[in-house]
Amino acid sequence: MTNQTIHMKTKVHFLLALACLSSAALAAPQSFDFKDPKGVNNATFKLDAPLEALNGNATGISGTVTFDPADPAATKGKIVVATASLHVGNSMQQQHMLSDKWLDAAKYPEIVFEAKELKNLKTDGDATTADVSGAFTFKGISKEMTVPVKLTYLKDKLGQRVPKLKGDLLVIRANFTIKRSDFGIMPGQMEEKVSDAIELTLSIAGASPR
Amino acid sequence: MSKKVLRTLALLLLVATLAVWVATGANRGWTKTSVPVTRTDEVTGITVDDYQKRFVPGIDFLGAALLGSGILAGASFLFRTKQPQS
Repeated sequence: MTNQTIHMKTKVHFLLALACLSSAALAAPQSFDFKDPKGVNNATFKLDAPLEALNGNATGISGTVTFDPADPAATKGKIVVATASLHVGNSMQQQHMLSDKWLDAAKYPEIVFEAKELKNLKTDGDATTADVSGAFTFKGISKEMTVPVKLTYLKDKLGQRVPKLKGDLLVIRANFTIKRSDFGIMPGQMEEKVSDAIELTLSIAGASPR
Repeated sequence: MSKKVLRTLALLLLVATLAVWVATGANRGWTKTSVPVTRTDEVTGITVDDYQKRFVPGIDFLGAALLGSGILAGASFLFRTKQPQS
């Protein structure tokens, strides 16, 4: 074997190794940070009681989600909503809502959903719908729940939101209903004014800079 | 304070409150101290309601005004009508 042949073989091996590494890096799960500098990430809540309707939102969202575009089923992560960021249009109602009688924001500062498993996945282009199972913790009580979600992977779109940054975005949307009585929030009381069912809508985007 | 003054005040309170309520959008819900203004992120398509401080009187505001004017009008009956001297 000539020196030239050996040199060529080494080159080919190096290029192959590089290609393998690049594809592994592309397929690797990415970590998305959901602390949004634009303050757009939000969770809305709606309560429709016979005598009163109440709605508002929360923008104090944080957390991280690990997502692999090549394997969305492996998605895991945690989304945190700061209880104190819950807002309604009436300041007195807001004070009551955050008080120790209702949500006790001082004692339970976070509402958390921790995703553990995704089932019934359907992927169409960049969008994946699935049922995500995980633990929902509200006012110190954790319950296992399954929630329908839509994940939209926006490759190379981070720069359009945050100039000078390169990376990808992951948009998560979910719509589900919980019962306040399941989480010890004044169970069975004042249901004519504050409904037991709370309809939640989550619209959040996470960033994965490169 | 005479009967006439109290009744006029009651009427003025009621009319002024109604005018303010109608002028601010005739909100049939509870009084709001902040209102949502919707904003959309063009890249992700996410919409968010930003709350801006604004006073929007509701039916509780109308009720309080009605109660106030009722008290004023009711108080006017405590005054005796001057009997013409014979």
